[in-house]
Amino acid sequence: MKDIIDKYVSKLEQAELAEPGQALLGFLDADLVWNREDPQTEILEGVFERININSLLFSPPREPYRSIISYLCRTNEGRILPEDCETRTFIHDIPVVPSLDPERLTQALRTRKAVMVQDRGIVAYGWVSPEQAYILYSSVCFACFVKFFSDYLQDSKNGSVAPEQREVLHKALSYLDPLPEEPDAELERGPFRDKARMIRAMDEAGKMVVGYKLVDSFFGNISYLYGDTLYISQTSSSLDELIGHIDPCPLDNSSCAGITASSELPAHRDILRKTGHLAVLHGHPKFSVIMSMDCDKRGDCDKEGECFRRCPEQREVRGYPVVPGEVGTGPFGLCRTVPPAIEEDKGVIVYGHGVFATGARDFNQALRGLLDVERNCREEYLRRIGE
Amino acid sequence: MYGWHGKILCIDLREGKSSTLTLPQEVYGAYIGGKGLAGYLLKERMSLGWQDPDMPLVLMTGPLVNTRAPTSGRMCVMSRSPLTGTLADSSVGGSFGSTLKKAGWDGLVITGQSRELCGIEIRGSQCSLSPARALQGMGVSQARERLEGRASSLIIGPAAENGARLANVVVDSHFFAGRNGLGLVCAAKNLKYITVLGEGKTKVWDPEGLQRAGEDINRLIAASPVLSGDLGLSSFGTGALYDLMDSRRMMPADNFRHTHFPAATEMNAPAYFREYSPKKAGCTGCRIQCKRRSRDKRPMPEFETMSHFSALIGNESRETVVEANRLCTEYGLDTISTGATLGCYAEVTGQELTPDKILGLIEDIAHCRGEGADLALGSAAYAAAQGSPEAAVTVKGQELPAYDPRGAYGMALAYATSTRGGCHLRSYPIVHEILRKPVVTDRFSFAGKARIIKIAEDMNAVVDSLTACKFAFLSATLEEYAKALTAVTGIEYSQQQLLDIGERIYFRERMLNCANGFTASDDDLPERFFTHKGGSFEDLEVPPLDREAFLEARGNYYRIRGLDGEGLPLPKKAKELGLWA
Repeated sequence: MKDIIDKYVSKLEQAELAEPGQALLGFLDADLVWNREDPQTEILEGVFERININSLLFSPPREPYRSIISYLCRTNEGRILPEDCETRTFIHDIPVVPSLDPERLTQALRTRKAVMVQDRGIVAYGWVSPEQAYILYSSVCFACFVKFFSDYLQDSKNGSVAPEQREVLHKALSYLDPLPEEPDAELERGPFRDKARMIRAMDEAGKMVVGYKLVDSFFGNISYLYGDTLYISQTSSSLDELIGHIDPCPLDNSSCAGITASSELPAHRDILRKTGHLAVLHGHPKFSVIMSMDCDKRGDCDKEGECFRRCPEQREVRGYPVVPGEVGTGPFGLCRTVPPAIEEDKGVIVYGHGVFATGARDFNQALRGLLDVERNCREEYLRRIGE
Repeated sequence: MYGWHGKILCIDLREGKSSTLTLPQEVYGAYIGGKGLAGYLLKERMSLGWQDPDMPLVLMTGPLVNTRAPTSGRMCVMSRSPLTGTLADSSVGGSFGSTLKKAGWDGLVITGQSRELCGIEIRGSQCSLSPARALQGMGVSQARERLEGRASSLIIGPAAENGARLANVVVDSHFFAGRNGLGLVCAAKNLKYITVLGEGKTKVWDPEGLQRAGEDINRLIAASPVLSGDLGLSSFGTGALYDLMDSRRMMPADNFRHTHFPAATEMNAPAYFREYSPKKAGCTGCRIQCKRRSRDKRPMPEFETMSHFSALIGNESRETVVEANRLCTEYGLDTISTGATLGCYAEVTGQELTPDKILGLIEDIAHCRGEGADLALGSAAYAAAQGSPEAAVTVKGQELPAYDPRGAYGMALAYATSTRGGCHLRSYPIVHEILRKPVVTDRFSFAGKARIIKIAEDMNAVVDSLTACKFAFLSATLEEYAKALTAVTGIEYSQQQLLDIGERIYFRERMLNCANGFTASDDDLPERFFTHKGGSFEDLEVPPLDREAFLEARGNYYRIRGLDGEGLPLPKKAKELGLWA
């Protein structure tokens, strides 16, 4: 069990979501195991005693998340409502408690899976695996980042930015890595005639997407059309650990073995049919998500509150189309909106969710497409707030 | 009360009388409904034999039934099992639960034994008994045609009437209250059918809150590839799991002697779709619609049935599977137990089962005649009588479903600890070990599995009490359903509070089984899983289970569940849960 918790603490640090040596992760079966000794485990053990869980993660987030989350905790009363549609789908809202106290933590965690502790950090739990706690922690960081920058943009338009808010913004911006014009290295070149090489190329591209921080919680999805079979990452797979987690899905649906494929399988399939391309990448780059939600019709639209699924406008950011669409295949699923909007050489942004980009032969073009969208969205964001 | 009507209809078949039972709201609040409330009503009589007229048969709905809460039209059927001697319960879909709520009742408690075969007819608040001698020996669909057309129905087939311990109860012609032989409990009471008609509403405390909770749940269902994806249950029915189980080398073949079926690609769900072009069907108000019916109106086999009537018995004829499924539905036989018992028969006799032999044996089991008379007692009794007890692949006397435990260690532990014997649904670890939700766990490891199984058992005890569909929980969680329950009842529930209730419900089941003599020796798996390897998967061979590791995980489970080393409930834990009188 120790190897499992060490793995997720390490991922947390690699993703720059927690400072090395700060996170505490406990995994309980018949006995409780922590990743390290710390006096704070006593408080957290009080939570284990009170609720039915098997893992618990506590850590102060690393900058810029630390400043952003502290600010949001101070300025939102007791609860933060994520604005991006994916986090909202799975987390709903994030309670805030004033102190790291087992009773208060328990009270909040009885209704929600993650909680923010004012000026201390994030607590998240899992009931199946420590990976759940890790994902929730990461999702809270992502959701707070998106919310802070979205709110700032709106306040900037309204001329109501507070001095403290501006200070946090500048601090957060100082931690952002520059995005390159081109990927630093070329990925395996296609088209692939050999299955093993194709799988290696998917693995390589997945790791690169994670390296550029174009995904949240390591989660996005990736596919490649090999003959009459679409190879696609499995649901809940990490883009940096794809080997053994790719499903073959025959296009004629002659097998259901790909039932564990990404929920975006139909979108990938139809995108490839539309473009005639072979490769698709989907990630959740933050500024693309933020910019997709920036709308001048706020307060003046009868679909407000349902933008993520029913936005009636034809929208774009620097020429990249923005479409509504929920995760998966429901009546408002993005599989119905992304394929019609995608064009050969241009990514599509899904409202409050992420970006799809394609490659004609391999993942080079798709990765470049993902980076282009995000770089343009970041530049546009800074332009709109006058930075 | 909101959500509940506060009225349970009690019917004494011996006296031909009915009465109304009212329970304090605290009892409803503490046990929710469905399985929780049915267990509460049964607890005093669980030491009676299943055939004792005083042993109740309880049908219980939940507070979400007949509201707009997603996938919540189910009902729990509970008594003591003729097959295993354990507590027996089954969650059944269709429209019976919803209609019973519309009729103004939360549930039914049926006791006594009618002097002759009878039926119960409920129209709103009115209840009457009718002679059913004319329906004796009739198959389910034929009997259904003789009953009030608009009513929802619950019927037993000839298998139950003839004494088969594999007998199910059949709701609305093709929804099974399956496993454990519950049909035989009805037969012991001389009860052939129940019909119900009703048009009332269930009061909801906060309709807007329920609408919001429902939207959250439906959004999660739509986001789930397993439920709503192109290859998922909504597209192909539960048969969508067939390819996956074979590709993961955990499809039970040749009576659990192998875990791969070479003909699987010709026996998968797309193959049935090509041949039968089935139409969607499902429970009232459900958007998943996981059932299928062929164009000639036969019920299409579900995953377990597809698997056991093909891989387990070496059958490569799809039509034989469809026909076997139709016969089991018509005669009221459990398809998992029947398929597994045929697998046991094939191993014991060394016979190859041809299509004619398969269908003939099903007929014989349903009529308890010839070799079928022994097989109708289930594979454990049959194999023991043949001097080959090792050929019965059962836990606590109930046949295992179509997930080989060598390919998923959580499933191995879950089979062993299940309170109703070999059952995948008590904690359904396939969700994370194979279907990867909410995250994937290492299927070849017991690390952490004891607590996962315990929490999932508690969770599913709540799901069966609400009474919702377990498939919805492949994507939604009690977090969202707690909001729905609060909105319906006006009582504030949280996810964790519901899990506490689930723990109480499940622990009580352990107590009831313990009172009937069940111990750690019953929480075990057939020996073959510890001595023989399964199939191979790419570069990986599926090894036999490590017995020591299994026993260690079971010991961990006992500690976490509050049991002693023999699997018996600790008084301290019982007191803590308020179950110690």
